[in-house]
Amino acid sequence: MYTQATDTAPAAERSALRSAEEAQLETRFEARIDAGEPIEAKDWMPEHYRKTLVRQISQHAHSEIVGMLPEGNWITRAPTLKRKAILLAKVQDEAGHGLYLYAAAETLGTSRDQMLHALHTGKAKYSSIFNYATLSWADIGVVGWLVDGAAIMNQVPLTRCSYAPYARAMVRICREESFHQRQGFDALLVMMRDGTAAQHAMVQDAVNRWWWPSLMMFGPPDAESPNSAQSSRWGIKRVSNDTLRQRFVDACVEQAKVLGVSLPDPDLTWNEIRGVHDFGAIDWAEFWRVVGGDGPCNRERLSARVKAWDDGAWVRDAALAHARKQATKEEAA
Amino acid sequence: MSSEARGEWPLWEVFVRPKAGLDHKHCGSLHAADSKMAIQLAREVYTRRQEGTSVWVVRSSDVTASDPADKDMYFDPMEDKVYRHPSFYALPESVDHM
Repeated sequence: MYTQATDTAPAAERSALRSAEEAQLETRFEARIDAGEPIEAKDWMPEHYRKTLVRQISQHAHSEIVGMLPEGNWITRAPTLKRKAILLAKVQDEAGHGLYLYAAAETLGTSRDQMLHALHTGKAKYSSIFNYATLSWADIGVVGWLVDGAAIMNQVPLTRCSYAPYARAMVRICREESFHQRQGFDALLVMMRDGTAAQHAMVQDAVNRWWWPSLMMFGPPDAESPNSAQSSRWGIKRVSNDTLRQRFVDACVEQAKVLGVSLPDPDLTWNEIRGVHDFGAIDWAEFWRVVGGDGPCNRERLSARVKAWDDGAWVRDAALAHARKQATKEEAA
Repeated sequence: MSSEARGEWPLWEVFVRPKAGLDHKHCGSLHAADSKMAIQLAREVYTRRQEGTSVWVVRSSDVTASDPADKDMYFDPMEDKVYRHPSFYALPESVDHM
């Protein structure tokens, strides 16, 4: 899954005061970016590049971890052993993806605990999509199809990100993520093909609730995305929010036909001239409300993470105490 | 203050041998209290799809690396030694496969 394509930082973080030496380093850095050279952890980089990446990668990591909650909600209630095993594997993958990304962010000089502290105190954001509830089993299928589908659309360009540790993590994530979308579509296909009228209605209801929040996952429109230009310049962002959103809509229209569900947008039509689908206006007020902390499940998600962290404190301490004791014993022996 | 002094688990670098006969390759890092736990977690984090047949873990603080600032000074002296490559030697076609 993916962190929102939104950058919540103040637009101007760059200091105007720079030494001549720093200006020279920056020129060399920009030249490396232009030449398509990957940037590694120990290479010189502008402070703003570092900050932007720490923010984006940590938000992405938090999204993977918080993203385990809405799906974890259904592990004990999966309809068959097969679906349960699949869901367990998927949720475990999300944990793994969170860890790859935290590790990538740590190469930039932040620590795991600092990032978690920022999440737990509400300073760091995660993708707004995970603040929606998974109300029925059909939601699990739809999350796989639409939410992971949108995530993949967003993540594939990140495998070419200029910051190499992030790009490498994304390669691994994208390789694993494909199964997430396919298992969701497969679960929905079974419900639509073999299910009862009530089960068909359940799938349609889930699609109706998740469609618009999924479109919001690509972030605000390009015109209102002030930090995007700098991120594109630095090769952090390769494709714009609106371009990715359009690709997603076009792909989903065909997939919805195969499933036999409708997408809840009366304005969704094929545009012969543009060669893509036109679609209705997105409720950005809702998006900003959820990002701002007032979505259906924001409080529940955050308190679940804080509780898990607090309840696990004694385990972390005990493991460290045990390791120290063993090390002391070995030294004595 | 080191991460451990703050009560965080130390960082480990993970190397995986994808299959018998190949080298161990660096694939990422993770936090663990000790080496035994690092090996266990490396399996969960980096080999969920049978990506490996063997795992090494090394404390990140034990790795010594070359300085990226010295890259040119360190590696460029090899640049003009083209005679170290077989393609430097143009041989008659009849024996060129040697």
